[in-house]
Amino acid sequence: MSEAHVVLDGVTRVFARAAQEPLHALGPIDLTLKRGEFFAVVGPSGCGKSTLLDAIAGLSVVTDGVVRIDGQAVAGSVPPGVGVVFQDDASFPWLTVEDNIAFGLRRQGVDGAEVARRVADALSLMGLTDFARAYPAQLSGGMRQRVCIARTLVLQPRLILLDEPFGALDQQTRLLMGDELLNLWRKTGATILLITHALDEAAMLSDRVGVMSARPGRFLEIVETRWPRDRDSTIVSSPEFGAAASRLWTLLRAESLKAMQHQARAQTV
Amino acid sequence: MKPATRLRIVVLVAAVAAVELSCRSGVIGAFTMIAPSQMVVSLWELLASGRLHNDIARTLTAVCIAFGGAVTVGALSGAVIHALPRLRRTADPLLAAYYSVPVFVFYPMFIVMLGLNDRPKIMIGFLYAVAAMTINTLNGLDRVSPVLLKTARMFRMGWASTTLSVVLPSAAPYLFTGVKLAIAYSFIGVVGSEFILSTGGLGYQIGFAYHDFNNKTMYALILFILGVVLIVNMSLHAWEKVLMARRGLQ
Amino acid sequence: MSALEAQRPRAPSWLAGRGFDTAVFAALVLLLWQGAHLWGGEVAMTTPLGTLLFTAKTLASAEFWPHAYATLSAFLIALVIAASSGILIGAVLGFHRLSGEVAEPVLVAIYSIPKVTLYPIILLFFGIGIAAEVAFGALHGIIPVILFTMNAVRNIKPVYIKSARVMRVSGWPLFRTVLLPATLPEVFTGLRVGFSLTLIGTLLSEMFGSKRGIGFVLMQAIGLHNMDVIMSLTFLLVAFAGSVNVLLLAIDHRLHRRA
Ligand SMILES: Nc1ncnc2c1ncn2[C@@H]1O[C@H](COP(=O)(O)OP(=O)(O)O)[C@@H](O)[C@H]1O
Ligand SMILES: [Mg+2]
Repeated sequence: MSEAHVVLDGVTRVFARAAQEPLHALGPIDLTLKRGEFFAVVGPSGCGKSTLLDAIAGLSVVTDGVVRIDGQAVAGSVPPGVGVVFQDDASFPWLTVEDNIAFGLRRQGVDGAEVARRVADALSLMGLTDFARAYPAQLSGGMRQRVCIARTLVLQPRLILLDEPFGALDQQTRLLMGDELLNLWRKTGATILLITHALDEAAMLSDRVGVMSARPGRFLEIVETRWPRDRDSTIVSSPEFGAAASRLWTLLRAESLKAMQHQARAQTV
Repeated sequence: MKPATRLRIVVLVAAVAAVELSCRSGVIGAFTMIAPSQMVVSLWELLASGRLHNDIARTLTAVCIAFGGAVTVGALSGAVIHALPRLRRTADPLLAAYYSVPVFVFYPMFIVMLGLNDRPKIMIGFLYAVAAMTINTLNGLDRVSPVLLKTARMFRMGWASTTLSVVLPSAAPYLFTGVKLAIAYSFIGVVGSEFILSTGGLGYQIGFAYHDFNNKTMYALILFILGVVLIVNMSLHAWEKVLMARRGLQ
Repeated sequence: MSALEAQRPRAPSWLAGRGFDTAVFAALVLLLWQGAHLWGGEVAMTTPLGTLLFTAKTLASAEFWPHAYATLSAFLIALVIAASSGILIGAVLGFHRLSGEVAEPVLVAIYSIPKVTLYPIILLFFGIGIAAEVAFGALHGIIPVILFTMNAVRNIKPVYIKSARVMRVSGWPLFRTVLLPATLPEVFTGLRVGFSLTLIGTLLSEMFGSKRGIGFVLMQAIGLHNMDVIMSLTFLLVAFAGSVNVLLLAIDHRLHRRA
């Protein structure tokens, strides 16, 4: 259980920019994700959370340091068994909801009946059964995001990286989707890294929460929640939950102010 | 049917009827214009006589060559320019200014260079259409969303399947616009050139009928060309709607 | 800065500049041009230098200017007509939604048909001469002006007008402070496109049935097989259209950036 799944060693990302100072977005970051753990990342906007996710998934080349998944260095391509849900809407507008969800399975050559079964499961898990034949353009932003979540989850990845996946959902749906994510996590034993800007979501879902500083993003502190494995959204009413959430906010408040000033300065330039 | 569509049909029918009446009553003289009904009859006779077949074939062949060349070259150059940012930097302002140049002024030069045959008009049709295809290919490739490309990488797709299953469908609406414009522009280029100076084709026949004071034939020909172009354009428009419906857009 | 970035050898900055690229491009065009001359011979293609020299001679000659004047006057009159009536019609169609909806597909259809085929009709109505040229030029130019103006008016955000109402602004001040600035960038784009199309229309009409103007001289030169004249006039027209367009595009970008 406590074996290392993902190891980040001095991971740093600097963006070279045309005719501007290079932008130090992230790091250096040292972090170990244990196999089967649920890890959440919170941080002010623009602090490098998505950059961190790209680095772990092998979607970008890090400027310095190394990311290892199962001991293998990640180098510029996504290793097998890694599923990503992106912050932006990534549904394919030319495919129906079910074809979107089946996309990865069909590419892997999974046979038709199995694809149909897994897609049907994913549709009902995400509450999309009635929209199987709809196109993304006919759905709300939140529903499109659920299509993307389903499309990644049907592949049964061992490592799931989610970038603000519930950002477009209303609060109630978010809590329910959180429960579904916990169910899935328990059932599959996958390692989950969840990036979120919602402190309650981080506090409720995860085993550990990494709190990031304003840019360049580093971990200020990693907060352990010590929830039981069979938790669900009802813990939001427990006093321990309040304590965890308020601890996160205490850490984040100053950083968020800093980030806002960053942004204001960037806009006046 | 939408009220606007109904009203549009009423207005157009009324306009044609007004022209018909003006011609019939002599408000517009027969040397200026023949009545629309006479145009239709004349066109029917012309088509039935078979005298036009050669010119139709000649014009359509030229349009097809110009169009095919423009779409191929335009799509390829769009892809190349997109792949090379430095080339892009130089090409962008040129493409933006391209349609400010009256392409027809090159026609005399091409005639002297290539001879008075079908090649100069194909060149004009091609030149008129190729930039539209290039510009729209670039537009389409620009609109491929980065997150969809990342998604392709998450699915561990190679270059070929990414191009086929992600880039092409993303760019398709813009490519379609390019194709639509390329058809219209190759028609304009070819028929316009024929009309100015050539040895055959529909545009040539219009000019010939004009100089021959043969209004019956001239108006029939004009009706024919406009009819063909409008039918082609409207079919493409309808097809585009079908394609959009396949993505759940009205 | 990372080791990766630092190791990459840096080219001298002028090699990476836009000016350098443009110069390379221009050199390529001249090379191709000269190559075409070498390949096709004097009859097929005048050299770049020859064209330039002949252009200078043309500009200094007495015969050129009446033709240039004829083209320019027909073009300018057509442009004024296309711009003024285009903006007026476009504004009406933009404000009156139903008319706009009725007219738009018709306008788009007219935009994409080969309008040359209509020129004989115009000739029959107006007779050979400047009137027909102006009418044909304006017919080309007016459509984009109408379409862009109509869309500009349609896209004025209702909240702008509501805000103006709340501030009790109406009439001329409303036009000057809200409607004009909100629509100007798109209307200007329409005028820019209209400029190019009006020029095409004017030249086309001169090339078909006319006894004057640059289009006429171009066609006359074909019969005489006079490549010098053709190349230099083509060059002049491209240079004129291109440089005016660069200017209009610059204004266009400025207006759009502000909007
Ligand atoms: N490709 C890029 N080039 C330059 N700067 C970038 C690039 N991608 C992200 N950035 C910058 O890096 C910082 C971190 O971005 P990101 O990781 O997206 O933040 P967030 O924590 O909101 O997800 C931001 O300031 C962003 O503007
Ligand atoms: Mg982000």
